[in-house]
Amino acid sequence: MEAKKTKENWFASFGRSVLAGLKTNGGIIIGLIIICIILGIMTDSFLTIRNFTNIMRQISINVILACGMTMVIILGGIDLSVGSIIAVSGCLCCGLITNTGVPSYAAIPISILAGTLVGIFNGAVISRTTIPPFIVTLAMMNIGRGFARIYTKATTILVDDELFTFIGSGTVLGGIPIHIVYMVIVIAVSALILNRTKLGRNIYAVGDNKQAAAYSGIHAKKVTMTVFVIMGFFAACAGIISSARTFSGQFNVGEGAEMDAISAVVLGGTSMSGGIGHLSGTIIGCVVIGVLNNGMNILGIDSSWQYVVKGIVVLLAVFIDYFKKIRE
Amino acid sequence: MSSLLEMKNISKSFSGNKVLSGVNLLVEEGEVHALLGENGAGKSTLMKILGGIYTKDGGTISIDGEEVQIHSVDDARDKGVSIIHQELMLAEHLTIAENIFMGREIKNKAGIVNLKKQEQIAQGFLDQYEIGLESNLRLDKLTIAKQQMVEIIRAVSFGAKIIVMDEPTSSLSDAEVEILYEMIRVLKKKAVAVIYISHRLNELYDITDRITVLRDGESVGTVVTKETKRQQLISMMVGRDLSSYYTKTDNVVNETVLKVTDLSDGNKVKRVNFDLKKGEILGIAGLVGAGRSETVECLFGLTQKKAGTIEYKGKEVAFKNPREAMAQGFGFVPEDRKQEGLFLQSDVRFNTTINIVERFLKKLLWNRQKENEIVSEKIDDMHIKVTGASQIVSKLSGGNQQKVLIARWLCSTRTVLILDEPTRGVDVKTKAEIYALIDNLAKSGMSIIMVSSELPELINMSDRVMVMCNGYSTGILKRDELSQENIMTLATTEVGA
Repeated sequence: MEAKKTKENWFASFGRSVLAGLKTNGGIIIGLIIICIILGIMTDSFLTIRNFTNIMRQISINVILACGMTMVIILGGIDLSVGSIIAVSGCLCCGLITNTGVPSYAAIPISILAGTLVGIFNGAVISRTTIPPFIVTLAMMNIGRGFARIYTKATTILVDDELFTFIGSGTVLGGIPIHIVYMVIVIAVSALILNRTKLGRNIYAVGDNKQAAAYSGIHAKKVTMTVFVIMGFFAACAGIISSARTFSGQFNVGEGAEMDAISAVVLGGTSMSGGIGHLSGTIIGCVVIGVLNNGMNILGIDSSWQYVVKGIVVLLAVFIDYFKKIRE
Repeated sequence: MSSLLEMKNISKSFSGNKVLSGVNLLVEEGEVHALLGENGAGKSTLMKILGGIYTKDGGTISIDGEEVQIHSVDDARDKGVSIIHQELMLAEHLTIAENIFMGREIKNKAGIVNLKKQEQIAQGFLDQYEIGLESNLRLDKLTIAKQQMVEIIRAVSFGAKIIVMDEPTSSLSDAEVEILYEMIRVLKKKAVAVIYISHRLNELYDITDRITVLRDGESVGTVVTKETKRQQLISMMVGRDLSSYYTKTDNVVNETVLKVTDLSDGNKVKRVNFDLKKGEILGIAGLVGAGRSETVECLFGLTQKKAGTIEYKGKEVAFKNPREAMAQGFGFVPEDRKQEGLFLQSDVRFNTTINIVERFLKKLLWNRQKENEIVSEKIDDMHIKVTGASQIVSKLSGGNQQKVLIARWLCSTRTVLILDEPTRGVDVKTKAEIYALIDNLAKSGMSIIMVSSELPELINMSDRVMVMCNGYSTGILKRDELSQENIMTLATTEVGA
């Protein structure tokens, strides 16, 4: 009897969350629909199932990063090192498998741990000092990238491994691409953390008012550490997946990934000042960025212009949010 | 014979919220008429309607017997209404004359401003009102009080018949307030009406002829200042008898809950001694810098105690952090609710339940119903005025914000509740409600430590008061010893090392 109630609860809750997500993000969803309509008119190949599955695959890495980034930004921080963590864990894994002969089932956890260590370092410094997260993670971004370059000796490390291949492009349960599974798991875990745990509430509290959180017995240090470690872990996993997809470890993998992740979070309505924000918005933000990237590629737009367009879209979203707040 | 200004049956709503309802205000020429009411009573809305910043939804405004429509600030000014705001709207680097003529400069045919002519005319006004200033003086060379006069002269130069002054003395010294009064008396002689908005009852008795009281968007009545006692004004503002403003019953049980001996935090708290009984309200008094907040913060584990002992329920304790204190039954409502207490970007629900999240968030299951029940109960019990549990806390009035913060700590049983300035920035009606709440809590057996700078509050609500001076506790006064003099004496008693 208890188990059945729980199952019904989950389904109803999920439905409710989706509806709530639609309500809070109505604006950006309309924007997304408009962009899709425009792209659909401009080119035949956009509104196809094949293309949509492509988009799903293209955004999967960003979704993993953006979910973690949502927590970091709600906390009032920021993590610029995630792109480099991708490089660290991805390159290390490839090097261990190919050059050091470590079996993949061992190389993968070791590499994830290495990437997570960066997150642990970030968390430790940020929670114990007043050095701004921007600076700390910026430094680790450079250090991480440097390490990846040194380790790979600036060459590409190729990998030929069954497990690795499966992680990158396998399918499960008869046909579901594995990257869909990754996205579902990461989104579910992040949503559960933010909405259904004490940690989640504490993240919002510390991000909103650190002092008030202290008066309520919340350990800001612990919360900060946890969030940055989670982010590091997510990024490390993304690094393995990313390298697995290309069957190689390249030191420049993940360059600029932090920007797309942050853009997705901002597009989704989460405020950079912390204390407020929704995961649902971030997911839609990822979709918007994915659609834009995909559409501009199909239309053959110069990649330099793609940067400009993406920047303008983020700016637009921020302005709209600003004007909404002013009106209140 | 009609009054100079007749505002009749004024109503105004903002997004469904009725802010003014059937408000009447009659002002005679040459009268100083006070507009009195608590925050949120509707005074500033009413004046903004008169001044053309808002448009009324219903009712009529008549000036000199003729009904007028005021749709803009220019309209208001044309009809002879000027508002002097709390923050002066003058350009400090320009001269008095330039300020007076700002927006309607006297220009010659080539379009160049005729400074000399402006100064001449401005001087005429200044002399008329016996101000004793040269019109070519730069504004930043004048004191705030004098600048305020320039603002009043500017209003007069527009032919103002009705001047609204919003908290005009908030930045003035006693001497400067006298100068303002002089100016107001001159205005009276020239048949200009002054609508005077202020919370300071002393001023109303100094300078006003009549007082109109607003409460919750309605006019309560108009009285002649000379004939009305202070208590009557307060009861008109609050809506109940002054005698029930404070609620205090004797709930002290002879059981010591807390005993603090020679407490020191190595900093502002040097040596503090006191004890707290069950059901007691212990006030903590002292001047700013006496170390009161620091003492209770040390008690709560926010800072570490460096010396002395704290005995709680018979056992010695030393909380390393607030979490330990909370687990033992302590609660703490901090001094500055916005900076130290509330999560302004979150809603009432979040702010209320943040301390007891584990009661409805278990094993990844979220019992929303239970959470909502807890919050509704608090909202109902404490009469918190909100549109719902999902209202963002930053939108609430100060009094309701304070209630939410207190509600947070009442979600679980507390043995000792520490309140630091519990009614600061809270309107009169909510203050009374908070006092009743505190008394009720003491009745249920809770012990309350109340740090306060408001002597009447301490005297009326405390069973005993511990007074501090410069980090030392200088004495504990029993209820029958409580008086302003006794408290102040102990608050200024220096204790040697």
